[in-house]
Amino acid sequence: MRMTIFQRVAWFLVAILGAAAVGGIALNRGESINALWFITAAACIYALAYRFYSAWIATRVLILDETRATPAERLDNGRDFVPTNKWIVFGHHFAAIAGPGPLIGPTLAAQFGYLPGTLWILTGAVLGGCVQDMTILFFSTRRDGRSLGQMARDELGPVGGMAALVGTLMIMVILIAVLGLVVVNAMKHSPWATSTVAATIPIAVLVGLYMRNIRPGRVLEGSLLGLALLLLAVAGGGWIDHSPGLRPLFDHDGLTLAWFVIGYGFLAAILPVWLLLAPRDYLSTFMKLGTIFLLAIAIVLLRPEIRMPALTQFIDGSGPIFGGTMFPFVFITIACGAVSGFHSLIASGTTPKLLANERDIRMIGYGGMVLESFVAIMAMIAATVLDPGVFFAINSPAGVVGKEAAEAVAKISSWGFPVTVEQMETLARQMGETTLFARTGGAPSLAVGMASIFGSAFGQGWLAIWYHFAIMFEAVFILTTLDAGTRVGRFMLQDFLGNFSPRLGRTSWYPSVLLTSGTVVAAWGYFLYIGVIDPQGGVNILWPLFGISNQMLAAIALSVATGILVKSGKLKFAWVTGVPLAWLAIITTAAAWEKIMSADVRVGFFAAADSMAAKLASGSMPPDKAAVAPQLIFNLHLDAWLTLFFVAVLWLIIFDMLRVCARHLQGKRVAALSESPHEPSRLVEDWVRD
Amino acid sequence: MWRRLWFFVRRLSGDDAYERYLKHHAAAHPGEPPLSRKAFFKLEQERKWNGVRRCC
Repeated sequence: MRMTIFQRVAWFLVAILGAAAVGGIALNRGESINALWFITAAACIYALAYRFYSAWIATRVLILDETRATPAERLDNGRDFVPTNKWIVFGHHFAAIAGPGPLIGPTLAAQFGYLPGTLWILTGAVLGGCVQDMTILFFSTRRDGRSLGQMARDELGPVGGMAALVGTLMIMVILIAVLGLVVVNAMKHSPWATSTVAATIPIAVLVGLYMRNIRPGRVLEGSLLGLALLLLAVAGGGWIDHSPGLRPLFDHDGLTLAWFVIGYGFLAAILPVWLLLAPRDYLSTFMKLGTIFLLAIAIVLLRPEIRMPALTQFIDGSGPIFGGTMFPFVFITIACGAVSGFHSLIASGTTPKLLANERDIRMIGYGGMVLESFVAIMAMIAATVLDPGVFFAINSPAGVVGKEAAEAVAKISSWGFPVTVEQMETLARQMGETTLFARTGGAPSLAVGMASIFGSAFGQGWLAIWYHFAIMFEAVFILTTLDAGTRVGRFMLQDFLGNFSPRLGRTSWYPSVLLTSGTVVAAWGYFLYIGVIDPQGGVNILWPLFGISNQMLAAIALSVATGILVKSGKLKFAWVTGVPLAWLAIITTAAAWEKIMSADVRVGFFAAADSMAAKLASGSMPPDKAAVAPQLIFNLHLDAWLTLFFVAVLWLIIFDMLRVCARHLQGKRVAALSESPHEPSRLVEDWVRD
Repeated sequence: MWRRLWFFVRRLSGDDAYERYLKHHAAAHPGEPPLSRKAFFKLEQERKWNGVRRCC
């Protein structure tokens, strides 16, 4: 498509504006900077990347063919294969890929200052994440909507297929554990948050019964009813918080709450989906889309000032939220929002079965990830509008800054981020909490940030309501990920066990359901339990582990894509997926190296285990810490081996892909391309008619 | 405009799934009795959650 002079000038201006905004963000060393700079920089970069890079990939690299019938058209069964309007598919795809990840990662990475995270979110998305989502969506569409694991097996061989399967199962376990920890930390000794989150369960069941028995299939009615009840639950939580009789019922420490979450996860996995999982998902999807939309409006209306400096001294690795230097840990901490391997599971499997035309792949694959990346930018804004002192007081674990409030503020102020006990007490009172110290995990500080943005934009008097609304909003879809992930893990395990005993493979055989659900819940429950008893706060260990596993999955997806590109005779374009793959391999390996080899006890697993063992042996440990030390030491060893395993899988699949490519280029026999044959499309698009 | 928006919301949320199924059924399998609304909804939810549906 030729551009007119007018269009050229307009895009040139967008490029200038974008460059100016990025420059403004990067070079600003003043007291504060307006959030509008971030929005402008992001909007310009996304627009340019979408208009030029994604169009180039679509027409030159992948060569989308709009005359070719998609699987949805060829295999239309009125259920999962249905040709669907591209905006509807976009909505489904975005709702599926956007979870709590892009909200939490940037919040944690804000300890380095706003700049490293923001630059990585922007560049990582347009050059890596969006490309991954788009290419995998395209290749899966050309293969009847096959899953990433199947494509890895077909195109690379059994090694690739196995790696994808094991990788997915592992990432699920780590992901659920860390998300569970985030919810537990948000509810710890907070009757308001706990009662609100608890109320979401009966509300979901009620909605499930409504949609199933009272008005079958009326999804909108049921969801609206549920949303109204959820808002009531937020307000009702405040009432419970003030009621001396009810308050103690919901006031629990972390460990008790962790057991509740584990029990809940098990129940959700064995109960029928219509009762809990499906209605909860409807509610969380509406809640998610609505809140993200509201946050975008509030940020644009309010244009808050960013108070966090561009860079903090913690780029040297001494950060209180998690240990480790800026390189590679900012790239590991922000996975979702920049590159998320998990997306490749959605982009293969579910979404390709809905595409009416290959043309839509660009908007849904590339555009969907652009929007998710924008959510990550908003999370970064919400985290950095807080006073840095407040931000660190909320997010630093007691094991780092000390248990007592006075001790913590002294320590944080000594870093150059002044904060006082009174300031934190006032803030906690405004948010309707007893304390906000050491609420690690990112959710509470994000909720405080969102509450202050919403409060300033829509009414200051409602801060406590906004805060608990934000907590409920995060908890609702974290719990959805927890339910859905446990179920997926169960299916994968049953599939695997079915190879040995056909009975165990039957998804409807109840003993097998109990056994496999129990196994999956025990696996993530273990990591959650350790995370809760760890005085360093658990997030320090679990989030980097999650980042490494997610990037490993992205590397598997990009390996599959690169392999297919080379096998399709597009060697000269292989860098499109090859460069992000190489970058992921570098950062994942570097991070794993640090986590295993570093002598810093806050970074290296073995170093931490050795130091703890030495303290235990010398008897210098207080008794309460000595009691859990053996478990923590065991866990640190386990984490180290797990990290090693992730890196081994990563390199295994990269070498497997390179082997297949080399054989292909030498003219030797490789597995044939599994692309479905071309059939002309007969679909006439007329969406308003039906 | 409002009609289109309403159509869009219903399609996106899956509120109109049964109507779409009836249409598909009438076209693809004429003569066979379709599932009831309740049975269809139950089957549909089981199918939907039989795989990776949500991300981190």
